[in-house]
Amino acid sequence: MIVADKKPIEEIIDMVKGYQKILIAGCNECVTVCEAGGKKEVGVLASALRMYFMNEGKKIEVDEITLERQCDHEYLEEMRNSIDQYDAVVSLACGVGVQFMAEKYFGTPVYPGVNTCFMGVTEERGVWSERCQGCGQCILGKTAGICPISRCAKRLLNGPCGGSTQGKCEISKDLDCAWQLIIDRLKELDRLDEYEEIAPIKDWSTERAGGPRRVVREDVRQ
Amino acid sequence: MRLRYPDTIRIIRVPCTGKVDLIHILRAFEKGADGVYVVGCMEGDCRFDNGNLRARKRVAQAQAILDKVGVGGERVKMFNLSSGEGPRFAEYAVEMTEKIEEMGPNPIKIAMQKAA
Amino acid sequence: MSAKTPSRLEKILDSGQLAVTSECGPPRGSDPEAITKKAEMIKDHVDAINITDNQTSVTRLSSLASCIHLKLMGLEPTLQMVVRDRNRIALQSDILGAASFDIHNILCLSGDHQVFGDSSQGQNVFDLDSMQLIQTVRLMRDEGKFLGGDDIKRPPKMFVGAAANPFADPFEIRVPRLAKKIAAGVEFIQTQCIYNLDKFELWMKQARDRGLHEKVYILAGVTPFKSAGMAKYMKNRVPGMDVPDEVVKRMAGVSKENQPEEGVNICVETIQRLKECEGVRGFHIMAIEWEEKVPEIVERSGLYPRPKDL
Repeated sequence: MIVADKKPIEEIIDMVKGYQKILIAGCNECVTVCEAGGKKEVGVLASALRMYFMNEGKKIEVDEITLERQCDHEYLEEMRNSIDQYDAVVSLACGVGVQFMAEKYFGTPVYPGVNTCFMGVTEERGVWSERCQGCGQCILGKTAGICPISRCAKRLLNGPCGGSTQGKCEISKDLDCAWQLIIDRLKELDRLDEYEEIAPIKDWSTERAGGPRRVVREDVRQ
Repeated sequence: MRLRYPDTIRIIRVPCTGKVDLIHILRAFEKGADGVYVVGCMEGDCRFDNGNLRARKRVAQAQAILDKVGVGGERVKMFNLSSGEGPRFAEYAVEMTEKIEEMGPNPIKIAMQKAA
Repeated sequence: MSAKTPSRLEKILDSGQLAVTSECGPPRGSDPEAITKKAEMIKDHVDAINITDNQTSVTRLSSLASCIHLKLMGLEPTLQMVVRDRNRIALQSDILGAASFDIHNILCLSGDHQVFGDSSQGQNVFDLDSMQLIQTVRLMRDEGKFLGGDDIKRPPKMFVGAAANPFADPFEIRVPRLAKKIAAGVEFIQTQCIYNLDKFELWMKQARDRGLHEKVYILAGVTPFKSAGMAKYMKNRVPGMDVPDEVVKRMAGVSKENQPEEGVNICVETIQRLKECEGVRGFHIMAIEWEEKVPEIVERSGLYPRPKDL
């Protein structure tokens, strides 16, 4: 999933303090699972904003909605008839949802209510960690199913570096060395001999470096 | 055993404090409550393992938010006691009531009255 | 192995003599004297001088510019180059820049993560890794080609080195990793500072078992401790460093004013023991901000005088 983290309330207050009628829009997908922007968080933020502005003596209306997804036209369209009532929207979706909302409702200011962090997993409730950077050319088949691009601090394709210490990364004792994990798993799979194959220089053009990316699938396109 | 506790308190029963969500606490303040306290079982004695521990975290979240919106985090508190401790329940009720009386009314309530 | 470049370091190693290299850290400012003074102190006692490349991710005068200062003094620099700060365009460009000054040694490194330095909020690059940088220099030198496939006019003539850390984890892949660097085309290795000699000798033995010592020149890395505090710091705070307790104890066991001398003693003893270790072809003395001690270490280790005409 796409993992997001909450923005501090004061930052959100600062963004919307000039508006009269605000819509807080949550998303039922990833941000719900990582407890940053689902229906519950929409309710909490809306309540907090109402209290803040009431306390400030400002008459600001704060409404709530949570869409199935904010990254698809059909769900965003559900707001078509009501969007003009609002002076601004705070989207608690990931940055993708915030932008798609802004593209669709061009005349309505849309503010991000979360910080979008990475593509990752729920290690345990309250702990999420990164697994993928969407480089566009997956090499997991070569690295025992563990991604050095997203999990090695130096994204080394031929690691580990000299800073790997007792299974941990040089930048933090709380961070596993991705190459230690790769080697452990290569061993488990009886494939440690593959370690000595040199990973070739990577074509980063399918990654962020190549500019904004698109996937076009004529086989399914309408 | 008939114990007296302040009659300004409205009790909302829940099957377990783990059922109390952050939004329930916030809504109470939004509607004008001057204080909220959550009374759970002793830590380690939850029938559902960690309901009261979850409640404690939610109370802490509510405190942080109430501080930021100007209501005051001290208006919400978590207490723990076992089912046989009726006198202690009354003690906590008195403690909380005194605390809230000292703090005065919920500023939201005052703002709502002004706006009306 | 026979010399393929004009590198003096390569010639010395090729002749079978033990090589001695050292290194200087560039200043945090633009005064060239900070480099030339350090070089002056050690120049008669070493065969080549590494210039570190923004080591520990602290911004400093550039490695390439410092190497040029050494070159202008008539000395032999080794350009350290980390892949942290430059993409393949900048790496190849700086290699050509160095080659234009006839800098003939390069050390290909990953580089410490930027979190350790003065720019922890900065981006890192890691377009290539150190293994791939080795391949890149060899491609540029041997095939006369850029990574993009075009021809290079006057290709660089560089003796290609890399680091090896026998003490990082996991130990079991430390020799395979050396083999991998050799397969990538590395010609000389400078190791991490050696304090745990037993572990180093085990690593060397495993390397010999695979015949790797005949495919690459290994220079054993040593760093004298200035104080017991430094020994403790290196033991506890520097990732990938292995300082055994007895070494820390030995440093702490002498009075504060005698600790620098004890540090040098340990360093000299290390060199003397490793001179006997088959596969060790020289020494890389990293006297961190203590370059003035290098001549003494070299002399006491019986590595002086250095070979003159080759």
